[in-house]
Amino acid sequence: MTDNRFTGTSSYIATDDLTMAVNAAVTLERPILVKGEPGTGKTQLAIEVARSLGRPLHEWHIKSTTKAQQGLYEYDAVARLRDSQLGDDRVHDIGNYIVRGKVWEAFESEEQPVLLIDEIDKADIEFPNDLLRELDRMEFYVYETKKLITARHRPIIVITSNNEKELPDAFLRRCFFHYIKFPDKDTMAAIVDVHFPNLKKDLLREALDAFYKVRDVRGLKKKPSTSELLDWIKLLLAEDIPPDVLRGGDARSAIPPLYGALLKNEQDVHLFEQLVFLDRRTNPQ
Amino acid sequence: MLIPFFYMLREGGMKTSITELLTLLDAMKTGLAGQSVDDFYYLARASLVKDEAHLDRFDRIFGAYFKGVEDSLADLMQEIPDDWLRHQAELMLSEEERQQIEAMGGFEALMDALKERLDEQDERHEGGNRWIGTAGTSPFGAYGYNPEGVRMGQQESRNRSAVKVWDKRDYRNLDDSIELGTRNIKVALRRLRKFAREGAADQLDLDDTIDKTARNAGLLDIRMVPERHNAVKVLLCLDIGGSMDDHVRICEEMFSAARSEFKHLEYFYFHNFVYESLWKDNRRRHSEKTPTLDIAHKYGSDYKLIFVGDATMSPYEIVYAGGSVEHWNEEPGAVWIKRLLNTYPKAVWLNPEPKQRWDYTPSTKLVRELMEDRMYPLTIAGLDDAIRALH
Repeated sequence: MTDNRFTGTSSYIATDDLTMAVNAAVTLERPILVKGEPGTGKTQLAIEVARSLGRPLHEWHIKSTTKAQQGLYEYDAVARLRDSQLGDDRVHDIGNYIVRGKVWEAFESEEQPVLLIDEIDKADIEFPNDLLRELDRMEFYVYETKKLITARHRPIIVITSNNEKELPDAFLRRCFFHYIKFPDKDTMAAIVDVHFPNLKKDLLREALDAFYKVRDVRGLKKKPSTSELLDWIKLLLAEDIPPDVLRGGDARSAIPPLYGALLKNEQDVHLFEQLVFLDRRTNPQ
Repeated sequence: MLIPFFYMLREGGMKTSITELLTLLDAMKTGLAGQSVDDFYYLARASLVKDEAHLDRFDRIFGAYFKGVEDSLADLMQEIPDDWLRHQAELMLSEEERQQIEAMGGFEALMDALKERLDEQDERHEGGNRWIGTAGTSPFGAYGYNPEGVRMGQQESRNRSAVKVWDKRDYRNLDDSIELGTRNIKVALRRLRKFAREGAADQLDLDDTIDKTARNAGLLDIRMVPERHNAVKVLLCLDIGGSMDDHVRICEEMFSAARSEFKHLEYFYFHNFVYESLWKDNRRRHSEKTPTLDIAHKYGSDYKLIFVGDATMSPYEIVYAGGSVEHWNEEPGAVWIKRLLNTYPKAVWLNPEPKQRWDYTPSTKLVRELMEDRMYPLTIAGLDDAIRALH
């Protein structure tokens, strides 16, 4: 197994600790749970792991109404009822009405797949508990057909959470855990470089400075994150804004252009403008 | 070698299990962490820590164990969060001191002074002392004077290159004794919701009935479910003004989280303590009041009563008639709170002041006695306890 180690890809910068956590999960064939601020690339991680290891990716996006059973299979009883009324022959085989879920698909995969269970905290509080055995033994039982489905290859399971609900201990014990902390300036520069390889150095520096200044403002409801920074830089490039506009002289006295891409909340924009105004008044240029 | 470390983690208050230790050993056997101590640290962290709130604690224990400094485990529990100090320092400012600041030359002079002080403090901090010594002097005063205008956290560019990874302790903000954001509050408040779904099965479950009927090959099979009580009723009373100004942010967060979380939420404001009337709009607090008795009659005893206030006032304001700072109250506040508590057996008091300081304020002690000890700090852990007490 040691030959397929994850080290980050040409479009995804992985820190050492993240790499270690992913490799531990891959080697021991246990799920990895990834948490972190929104927009730090949790979902992206699974996609990149699949890409860098050359594995098929199965994505299961969780909603508040998702049940654990839906990931395994669903029995389409209504279709069977309809068929029975119409006298369809298919009705005699219950297997015709078993609809496979994402987990089943991953279990049936020809080579070891990557299974992404995205935003597990969105589902009901019991959801993770209902998946314990499936994630542990990588098998489940189909009651309707009385068949045991076992994974051909234990999938690499990446689970993301936004921390809206606490996950049960029993579930956590079975996973490796990684918290994606907000990247420091160097890592961030590397990340931006991967996405905008031809970005001018001075524009990058000024943009990062301005970005971290906005992040530093106390009391923001939603701090801008990596994905917002990337959007913002895309906008700056599209509008062809020169670097010195970003600099804007003294400390916080200038509002960065197109800051709507960074601040997504009306109150935040308001607070930010107030601070800038206050700053101008106390430090007239 | 790892077994003492494992026990040290548990002593340090982490709920690391044997399964997790075995996982770590398994992972080490595969040679994943063969290269360096850093790798081992990352691997241990990924397998033993399952909650980002514990990352900081893990870092400290890891540092302590692998440096052999067992002593630092002892003061693990006594660590005072920076936020706490800051809030304390803010509160030390009396009205007179605020006026003194005014007299010192107003805002701009203050900003300069503040900058100087901050520089000073940085140096001392790096020299190995805690900032506790300078707390209570003007820099913090300035912070309390204008919480929005001054940022106290700019010391970001200290050179840390020589420090080991786990000594950086990047995760300190997330320890769960620190004041919280709305998302966290919502998670804590959700616990109230979870218990509200029980009851007798008295409603027709249409989906399940169709499903079961279909499985039954068309023979009708009626399914019933309990009524969903996911709307817990909450009566929220918030202290506003005066000493609460320092806690406006956290109270706002608590309030907005509660508002989005509960369908049946009624809120009222009071100043320092509850008397014969409360109000819903602070701008019209003198004209549009709601008598407390009306509130107790209107909202049934199945409401859960939550007070949010720092309980910091003169004891007279609680125990004497006419003790209120704002108006002449015919009956003492203690009588009014007892009436409320009689109507609402499920009640808690959330206090944004850190718990360690409660004993120093006589009024806090008084309120605590009146609440029969159901006073909890406004932190995630405190909120958890409070919610448990509300069940």
